[in-house]
Amino acid sequence: MSGRYTIRDAIAENRIFFNRVVIIFILIIVSMTGLVVRLVYLQIEGFEYYATLATKNQIRISSIPPMRGVIYDRNGVVLAENRPAYNLKIFPEKVKKNGNLKETLARLQQLLAIPDKKIIDFYKQRKRRKYFETIPFLSNLTEEEVARFAVMRPFFPGVEINVSSTRYYSHGLLTAHVVGYVGRINKKELKSLPFAEYRGTHFVGKVGVEKSYEALLHGKAGYTEEETNAQGRSVNTLRKVDSQSGANLYLTLDIKLQEVAYNALEGYNGAIVAIEIKTGDVLVFTSRPSFDPNLFVNGISTKDYRALQDSEDRPMFNRALRGQYPPGSTIKPFMGLAGLEYGVIKPRESIYCPGYYKLPNVKHRFRDWKRWGHGSTNLKKAITQSCDVYFYSLAMTLGIDRMHSFMSKFGFGQKTGIDLQGEKSGLFPSRAWKKEHKKKVWYPGNSIITGIGQGFTLTTPLQLARATATLANYGKIVNPFLVDRITQSNHTISVFTKPGKASIPLKAKNIDEIIAAMVNVVHGQGGTARRISTGINYQIAGKTGTAQVFTVKQNETYNSHKLKKKLHDHALFISFAPVADPQIAVAVIVENGGHGGSVAAPMAAKVIKKFLADYDPKFKDNNENQ
Amino acid sequence: MKTNDSSQFESASLIGNILRKLHVDIPLFLVLTLSCLLSFIILYSASGKNDDVLIRQIVRIGIAFGLMIGLAHINPEQFKRYSTFLYGVGILLLIAVLLVGEIGKGAQRWLDLGFFRFQPSEMIKITTPMMLAWYLSKHHFELKWKQLLIAMGLILTPTLLIAKQPDLGTSLLVASSGVAVLFFAGISWRLIVIIATLIASFIPVLWFYLMHDYQRGRVLTLFNPEADPMGRGYHIIQSKIAIGSGGIYGKGWMGSTQAQLNYLPESSTDFIFAVFAEEFGLAGCLGLLILYLLIIGRCLYIAVQAQNTYCRLLAGSLTFTFFVYVFVNIGMVIGILPVVGVPLPLISYGGTSMVTLLGSFGLLMSIHTHKKFLAH
Repeated sequence: MSGRYTIRDAIAENRIFFNRVVIIFILIIVSMTGLVVRLVYLQIEGFEYYATLATKNQIRISSIPPMRGVIYDRNGVVLAENRPAYNLKIFPEKVKKNGNLKETLARLQQLLAIPDKKIIDFYKQRKRRKYFETIPFLSNLTEEEVARFAVMRPFFPGVEINVSSTRYYSHGLLTAHVVGYVGRINKKELKSLPFAEYRGTHFVGKVGVEKSYEALLHGKAGYTEEETNAQGRSVNTLRKVDSQSGANLYLTLDIKLQEVAYNALEGYNGAIVAIEIKTGDVLVFTSRPSFDPNLFVNGISTKDYRALQDSEDRPMFNRALRGQYPPGSTIKPFMGLAGLEYGVIKPRESIYCPGYYKLPNVKHRFRDWKRWGHGSTNLKKAITQSCDVYFYSLAMTLGIDRMHSFMSKFGFGQKTGIDLQGEKSGLFPSRAWKKEHKKKVWYPGNSIITGIGQGFTLTTPLQLARATATLANYGKIVNPFLVDRITQSNHTISVFTKPGKASIPLKAKNIDEIIAAMVNVVHGQGGTARRISTGINYQIAGKTGTAQVFTVKQNETYNSHKLKKKLHDHALFISFAPVADPQIAVAVIVENGGHGGSVAAPMAAKVIKKFLADYDPKFKDNNENQ
Repeated sequence: MKTNDSSQFESASLIGNILRKLHVDIPLFLVLTLSCLLSFIILYSASGKNDDVLIRQIVRIGIAFGLMIGLAHINPEQFKRYSTFLYGVGILLLIAVLLVGEIGKGAQRWLDLGFFRFQPSEMIKITTPMMLAWYLSKHHFELKWKQLLIAMGLILTPTLLIAKQPDLGTSLLVASSGVAVLFFAGISWRLIVIIATLIASFIPVLWFYLMHDYQRGRVLTLFNPEADPMGRGYHIIQSKIAIGSGGIYGKGWMGSTQAQLNYLPESSTDFIFAVFAEEFGLAGCLGLLILYLLIIGRCLYIAVQAQNTYCRLLAGSLTFTFFVYVFVNIGMVIGILPVVGVPLPLISYGGTSMVTLLGSFGLLMSIHTHKKFLAH
């Protein structure tokens, strides 16, 4: 190719190249002229106009942050509100006009006991800002500090108190796991949030309802266009577009009931969830231990945060939403129902319980919790006394495929879809699941222990409450929901339509059998939760459970009382009431609580009794004043 | 003063000798030095008298000048030999960035090599014209469809890879550097018309499929910045106020209220021209444009004087890219082009672009100072 390259070619090529360079140069000159024309237009033609904007009267656009929406409980009790926060600001220019900055700071330091670091920070800030700008000095003063400063204020020209807004949770401990909290916007959030909307906002929802409903709670930012003089001081407001407050949320939560539940858990780690059966309203959503969400609003100190993180009781862990526990015997009513629906058992049919269950030709014995057995046992007795052998046998007959299919309908192993982020789905095993995750085939032994809610099965307290509510609702699926309605400037803009039209096809006759057995658990002879039935003029249906896994790691330095406690089983209880016209379903899980009947059931009873007493005076609780 | 004249002249010629030995093109070196000094002056004001910014910029320019002189030392034959290799490495690094690149400012541009962070798209700005110059210098008189298609492929590969990051500004620069080589190589006007039509028909594809929402927003903002004064329109409104209020003679050094009062975002980087225009007015802007024109003129002279096709094409393309740089940045700051992240060459605060720019001037100097037969 290059062999044919001649001098003539070189000259021709040179000529072409030169032509092209000339063309490009002309193009460049023309484009540059275009730039110059535009510059002339801006700087000569537009000079007057832009100079007015810039030199004499600058236009400053500043954001007006919206007021964050308030969160109430179902009865209008404030759960999250905006409170004034007092900050101290310093105008170095004014301070200097009347005295000495260093001396003023020294006096302030003495008056308010300010650490030296703050003073150093102040000087750093000052270097970065214009001489006439105000510099934030202290934030979130206590009332006492405000008062102390107010008295001495005439002696501090150029030092002023300014009021901003901060979030406050009046029932912090009770609502930390539901309402959540807001915190300072971090760098990562800054990138994903709309810049113009959050220009003047300091807080953003971090967890809970505060996070799920951030878009509604935040509101719409407004802005002002101000004329400012050459130094940037505001002279006049040209235009003001008001911000629009965020929407107020009314939760389905009943804070009084929440308090009852929270107090009932006193001394234990655990969770209580209560759902209103007819609506899916979540009345109680408690996880204990809890923490003070107010600590997070203005930045939690490292010490406080470490204390929360390192605590063996894991107070930041939302047990109601994310705690996954084996359901234990609380699964038995659902298993029994499955048996009836598939026609593999009949209500009056009995089997003999010798205290253990054995597969033919296999040595291994599956033990009943009652070593000497329950003897001849039908479905009602099996649920009332929580006979394991009956359900081992039932599970064997049903097989894992039918159990999985039936339990999935009640939402086991699935998220409930509650309006909170981070929900765990729990687990109800299947052949496919075991093959994928354990790389093993399904053994009959797996089915047997699945029948009593052990083995791989995991549920969250929320799931249990919802499954119980659905059962009490005769198969009409209850979808738990936390926000009841949204209001904007005092009129309701949206009422959540409660979904839940879907129904599990079940025979009412079979459900009646199960409910009768669950009533027997509380009110019948030998029922495992008998002690809660006293003094009420209505019936509670329930089922106790104990689960053999402990999740909370305990340190060796704990006292002996606690050490013993960690060996205990988890105590569970599911229940609903009144049986005649079910209103409320409650699920309780107490970590290392021991027996469901003695520990968990009374907690559920407290919630049910309080709720029904408030709901309708005809429901009496004679023990109330004890 | 007069008595010192001769000694000054002597020392100047001594420096000249040293620079010549270093393969440095003196006229180009002088205008570049002048613009960097200008950069220090305006940067000090734009950053609000920030010493740190100034010192960092001085260090960066020092490094970039070192690289420039280093590259000027290398014979252009070496560049030619390694063109394909460097281009290939650049493309691989771009792919690597897309796969493992670290997210910086919302876009994947950086490759973290552990000890330092590296932006391959900067390197590709030089290696793409090198590659095309190499390819077209082999086929310069037989530019048929096949060669043209291969050349287009060589341009589009890095362009699209960078657009995907997404970094519209750089991909535009890379594309124009490649197209410039084609143009200088003497493709017929008929082909130029066809390519222009192709590019024009590519615009809808770009708009609907390749551009991100924020990029579309920037283009729309150009036509109506007042529609969103708090958001997208903010930059351009503030920038126009800064420039317009500068008038003919400007407000004087350190007198820019727009930047000093923090109205103008990115006043040290992409929008530094607005600060310059505010402080030095139309007169200063004309001066700066003339300075740029001097650089471009000298570089085009170098291109015309170059001795072989490869050097000519490379020199021509690098010069044209430099102009595109200037035009796109100033065009965006004065509100006639959409906001794409392109700094003002030689003036804006920022390391990587400065290094590549001075690197390309190093190539130009190398081309000019390694001629086998001196022209005179």
